[in-house]
Amino acid sequence: MMRSGSSVEVRIPSELGFEKVAMSTASSMAALMGFSEDRIEDLKTAVAEACINAIEHGNQLDSSLNVGVVLSTTDDELEVRVIDDGAGMDHVPAAPDIDRKMMGEEDTRGMGMFLIQALVDEAEWHKGPPGKSFVRLVIRLDPAKDKENK
Amino acid sequence: MQVSTKVTQRAATAASGAAVTVLAFSGDISSTSKEAILAAYHGLEVGNSPLLLDFTGVDYINSSGIAIIIQMLLEAHKAGSRSIGIFGLSAHFKKVFTMVGISKYANLYEDEKAALA
Repeated sequence: MMRSGSSVEVRIPSELGFEKVAMSTASSMAALMGFSEDRIEDLKTAVAEACINAIEHGNQLDSSLNVGVVLSTTDDELEVRVIDDGAGMDHVPAAPDIDRKMMGEEDTRGMGMFLIQALVDEAEWHKGPPGKSFVRLVIRLDPAKDKENK
Repeated sequence: MQVSTKVTQRAATAASGAAVTVLAFSGDISSTSKEAILAAYHGLEVGNSPLLLDFTGVDYINSSGIAIIIQMLLEAHKAGSRSIGIFGLSAHFKKVFTMVGISKYANLYEDEKAALA
């Protein structure tokens, strides 16, 4: 079992594809904490989408900027902060509507934040000056769901 | 850093005897997949034979890739002629495809055998 209070920081270039590095790191930490396979898959997708948002929207695909990913543990929580140089989110978009998408009334994209919120226990977007805007994701160990790995 | 998407087309036969087209994906399904996936779809013979999308060889899917699948479903829906089924997804991505509503417009199957039954 990983020591409570452990912290890992990864910096990835603002280039699509590098979100996989953050996914792998989050997956390794969650596995060390005892999260079940399906919850690790949920976390990996949420972390990937948060990094993609940071790369595309926060850092505007500027290769001179990095995205910071800070993973911190407590006894029963894994927190992931994904930090970029953008201005942060003003509001969280509405949930996607597949019927509107299929009618061409809504962009087929724009599902990342919905997936993040749906797949982790907490998701918060914080606005800040360059290098200080971040999304904070939390997953909590749940004895009913994670007992197989504990 | 992104892994390219490969799309291969093959013919299959449903248990009913009907001809079915299978588009099998491999690699990543992400923003860079758009040309490969939509070109393969647009290259299909015009008609109403059912289409199956095989995700067995896919390593990574993100929301930009899911948007491309929705774009394909939208085009098929507009044409009103072709049913689309999906198989080979992991349990996680079956859940994700259901969460975003894809399962409302495409049946999700466990594997090819189930999709052709």
